[in-house]
Amino acid sequence: MTSIALKPSAHVRYVLRLADTCLIHAQRLAEWCGHGPVLEEDIALTNLSLDLLGQARALLSHAAQLDGQGFDEDQLAFLRDEPAYLNLTLVEQPMRRSSAHAPGGDFADTIVRNLLVATWLRLHWQQLLGSRDAGLAAIAGKALKEARYHVEHAADWTVRLGDGTDESARRMTAALARAWPYVGEMFADDALDDAAQAEGLGPRRSALREAWRREIDAVLGAAQLAAPPDSPYLSTGSRGVHSEHMGFILAEMQHLQRAYPGGRW
Amino acid sequence: MSENDKPRAEWPLWEVFVRARAGLDHKHCGSLHAPDAKMAIQLAREVYTRRQEGCSIWVVPSAQITASDPGDKDMLFDPMEDKVYRHPTFYELPEAVNHM
Amino acid sequence: MYTQAMDLAPKDERKAVRTAGEAELERRFEARIDEGDYVEAKDWMPEHYRRTLVRQISQHAHSEVVGMLPEGNWVTRAPTLKRKCILLAKIQDEGGHGLYLYAAAETLGVSRDGLIDALHAGKAKYSSIFNYPTLNWADIGVIGWLVDGAAIMNQIPLTRCSYAPYARAMIRICREESFHQRQGFDALNVMMREGTEAQRAMVQDAVNRWWWPCLMMFGPPDKDSTHSEQSMRWGIKRIGNDELRQKFVDATAQQARVLGVTLPDPLLKWNEERGHHDFGPIDWAEFWRVVGGNGPCNRERLDARVKAWEDGAWVREAALAHARKQALKGAAA
Repeated sequence: MTSIALKPSAHVRYVLRLADTCLIHAQRLAEWCGHGPVLEEDIALTNLSLDLLGQARALLSHAAQLDGQGFDEDQLAFLRDEPAYLNLTLVEQPMRRSSAHAPGGDFADTIVRNLLVATWLRLHWQQLLGSRDAGLAAIAGKALKEARYHVEHAADWTVRLGDGTDESARRMTAALARAWPYVGEMFADDALDDAAQAEGLGPRRSALREAWRREIDAVLGAAQLAAPPDSPYLSTGSRGVHSEHMGFILAEMQHLQRAYPGGRW
Repeated sequence: MSENDKPRAEWPLWEVFVRARAGLDHKHCGSLHAPDAKMAIQLAREVYTRRQEGCSIWVVPSAQITASDPGDKDMLFDPMEDKVYRHPTFYELPEAVNHM
Repeated sequence: MYTQAMDLAPKDERKAVRTAGEAELERRFEARIDEGDYVEAKDWMPEHYRRTLVRQISQHAHSEVVGMLPEGNWVTRAPTLKRKCILLAKIQDEGGHGLYLYAAAETLGVSRDGLIDALHAGKAKYSSIFNYPTLNWADIGVIGWLVDGAAIMNQIPLTRCSYAPYARAMIRICREESFHQRQGFDALNVMMREGTEAQRAMVQDAVNRWWWPCLMMFGPPDKDSTHSEQSMRWGIKRIGNDELRQKFVDATAQQARVLGVTLPDPLLKWNEERGHHDFGPIDWAEFWRVVGGNGPCNRERLDARVKAWEDGAWVREAALAHARKQALKGAAA
């Protein structure tokens, strides 16, 4: 199936940054299905993935509508080329040992990832309630309720693992070190953030940094953990330049749509 | 890690009671394993109320439930109060907090 | 089937000399069962009954959990977002069903960890159907249509099982199960009716590979099932393997016609006289091979479960350690 291309609109791209972050994060979380550390938590992780998929679908449908070329949520999810995805690089990183193409990662990576991303998303949803884009505001309203639970789940586990055994504390520290280089991107502004603020669409990322940091430090403190020093590295997934993992994620995700052009599912 | 190396580290068992709607009683719907009460409630929500909204959940450590003996008086063994399950061991707290 | 446990159980030591007291208890127990009365966790029960149920229920639970794996293979490759959500929800249900069943088994005096150890050591079994690979997307639809369809046929009688905690778990499971078969059939139907030639070929290929293993799910013929009789008397198993298998063939043959797929059995034919479909011979050698550990995916399935368990050990221990620390803090306060 040939790829689709969306029109170059700052508004659409702003929505896609959120949509794609939710989509790829959900995709990684779904890898745990059937492989969780305990049956009850398997069910919980799947619920998180389902919530994020719901948010991704709503945002992708909205983006498609704004784009105005008649595409639907699936065409946007499955038929864009890699540079057109605007998710945070953080959510591409492996989080489970033996994801097919990436041997790194464990449950600690998942909890750290959830904590950092869910807090970031929740702060976004809160701000987006007042967006001039009514569709976006409505999506934020529903997502906020779910995001609160995601943050609570991640925070509870962070404390359990940070203040559990020596091994769990060690793994959490290692997971934080692996994730932290990708934090810079979460709060680095570019032209898209400027445009979003100017049009009243939503917050620029830098505006969320302080609140985010306060919350993360509070949870880490309760977990007897410390945030690593900030890294000078700035990842660029939100500009369409991804890590090596993205190619594998998309190959897996897009395969059927590409292999069966014109297919109905 | 064989069974002889480490003591069994099993999450304790909790009984779950759910009130489906206001006006109804809490009904026993099953059990689950969780390390603490907060997670027991969260997991009960995930496991036992995925298809219901607006409900109330109680979780009780199975070890805390005392059940009457169903044996009738004609039984050849003496009836006696016992745990709700035949479960051989429950989560045992350290000596220092065993009065909980 | 999930009651394969009954057919495959090793010959239990029939009880040695029973005391007069025990014999009387057992007589009364059997009388209660005959009257259709329910047995609860705390009731007296013959040891043989208890052991049979532990085996049956736990292997049913293992089946649900292992069953998450062949479908889990396709979650990241689901062709649309809607199908991805549906599949995730379905697999999640299966995890939940495993959980209800472990809970029911635990009422009989075993721990979940002990049951899991038995599974990982290869001592406990799970339904043989999950030892087959999911090779294309249509396999997911076929699993919903045929495997879940067969499961439903088996599960409904179990809702009246004499052991009440198991019966109650089955009621809860059956309530949730209806969407599983429907979503599978729907996925196939869309591909057959509205899809491309290549998609229709994919569906037919999946049907060709899953049909016979699904018939084997119901277990060996009644004449070869050594334990069915006792289980029937105890109200654990209520309908024989052959009868369930026939019901399944009759229902499915009709559904296959609606779908527009061919079932891979040249001898499958409606028999007006019997009022049922005749069907061809099942390759029981394959069944025993797969049940014995030599199917296509036995090793992979078990490895995946063992790995998930071992990789998760530090998580479970940490959660417990944290809870203990909190309890101590609470006591000190």
